[in-house]
Amino acid sequence: MYDPTVARLTYRALLGRRRAAILFVLPALLIVIAVAVRMFAGADDQVASDVLGGFAIATMVPLIGVIAGTGAIGPEIDDGSIVYLLAKPVKRPRIIFTKLVVAIAVTMVFSAVPTLIAGLILNGNGQQIAVAYTIAALVASIAYSALFLLLGTVSRHAVVLGLVYALVWEALFGSLVPGARTLSVQQWSLALAEKVGGGGAITSDVGLPVATVLLVAVTVVATWYAGQKLRTLKLAGEE
Amino acid sequence: MTTIEIDHTSRWFGNVVAVNDVSMTVGPGVTGLLGPNGAGKSTLINMMAGFLAPSTGTVTLDGSPIWRNEAVYRQIGIVPEREGMYDFLTGREFVVANAELQGLGDAEAAAALATVQMEYAQDRKISTYSKGMRQRVKMASALVHDPSVLLLDEPFNGMDPRQRMQLMELLRRMGAEGRTVLFSSHILEEVEQLASHIEVIVAGRHAASGDFRRIRRLMTDRPHRYLVRSSDDRALAAALIADPSTAGIEVDLGENALRIQAVDFARFTTLLPKVARDQGIRLLTVSPSDESLESVFSYLVAA
Repeated sequence: MYDPTVARLTYRALLGRRRAAILFVLPALLIVIAVAVRMFAGADDQVASDVLGGFAIATMVPLIGVIAGTGAIGPEIDDGSIVYLLAKPVKRPRIIFTKLVVAIAVTMVFSAVPTLIAGLILNGNGQQIAVAYTIAALVASIAYSALFLLLGTVSRHAVVLGLVYALVWEALFGSLVPGARTLSVQQWSLALAEKVGGGGAITSDVGLPVATVLLVAVTVVATWYAGQKLRTLKLAGEE
Repeated sequence: MTTIEIDHTSRWFGNVVAVNDVSMTVGPGVTGLLGPNGAGKSTLINMMAGFLAPSTGTVTLDGSPIWRNEAVYRQIGIVPEREGMYDFLTGREFVVANAELQGLGDAEAAAALATVQMEYAQDRKISTYSKGMRQRVKMASALVHDPSVLLLDEPFNGMDPRQRMQLMELLRRMGAEGRTVLFSSHILEEVEQLASHIEVIVAGRHAASGDFRRIRRLMTDRPHRYLVRSSDDRALAAALIADPSTAGIEVDLGENALRIQAVDFARFTTLLPKVARDQGIRLLTVSPSDESLESVFSYLVAA
């Protein structure tokens, strides 16, 4: 299912664009915050959990997911260069699957790795907090990548829609409306972190079984649907 | 022998009909798809390329439908009109990627780059290429798997005369090798120089089909209209109407000129200066009033 040529083109497109700067800026910001907090507040489990939960998982991971997920396909559809992938005897779902793998890898590298580093800086992985949030970031990377790759395939405004979802739905509604939290990638991934972290430092509104089912379902359905949409992607609009 | 068959195919976008009940067969050799801008040429090519579903009718390659059939791309090579083409790659990397996606490798990519004579710049980034260079690299990417069908959408747009000649030579060779080559253009001269067979599309309809002599004759035999000003309009009108090449003359008092309708183009163009000289009349203005491509094409549709 994985096509190394499609993957190579996608990596280079993703990391070569100006947009990719955000991929470096956000993790750097997280590390800077972690260092500053550690210097001024010392090692504190609750503070560590607040920083990782409030910034890394709630803001950074979805934003990186938007950049990587939509960026893995959106620009190619916009400028028409996707023609060179589509005009080949390559199954369209194979193209989507490969781009998903790339988006996941990029999101993981730029969100889970800095989360782990920040966690170690903040409290030296006390109560397993660093590892727990890293696992949450890894899991969320998969679901976000699939969701935003689908968005990039079906909409020309994928980045804006992705940002609205990431910032408005996940961050705002998620904290105000309890029901919205059940339908939040962030909460699903935190359900996993909750099991790993000790002492009730991490909490999720969703139970682990439900979270697991939803994570898998969203990833699989979004990827399948993106493959179907790519099969019928209309490259030509009106003349 | 590979043939694309378009059978009673229409395509509309919302309320706009871009292609209207077109049927044609595109076989080996070079075929030119001629029509004014916005006539539906790109829509038609996109359906032949499998990028667009026909709203009604069928588009097939040797009998198998092209839409939603990735296998046809083993036989079809496509040179799209749009410029987007992974500008961050070098020409060589781009063609190699295209080769790999066809299950081929560096050797085929090198051969394709040699065919379009782009080896000298193959290690430069595509973003540094001129329009003509981009076109040739696109061409290499389409040729890398030695396809039996080549579809090109406005390939000569923005090319300088030398690049145009080179590409024409290449396409002619492809056609002579027995490939099915189809290119679109809105410039009659381009199509005439290159295509042995011409399909004319106007306003989404299939207006004419045949070799270029037939199309050329259809275009030159139509009635031509001229606006003429002279030192003695009425004397000139009287002398011209005596000849069968002139179908009608109107004295336009507002414009202070003659509006002449000629039916025999070749004869009229030699007649007018001769008559003027014989009668001692000075010609001040002679301008064709319906020479726009659109009017030529719309005449063809009506014919």
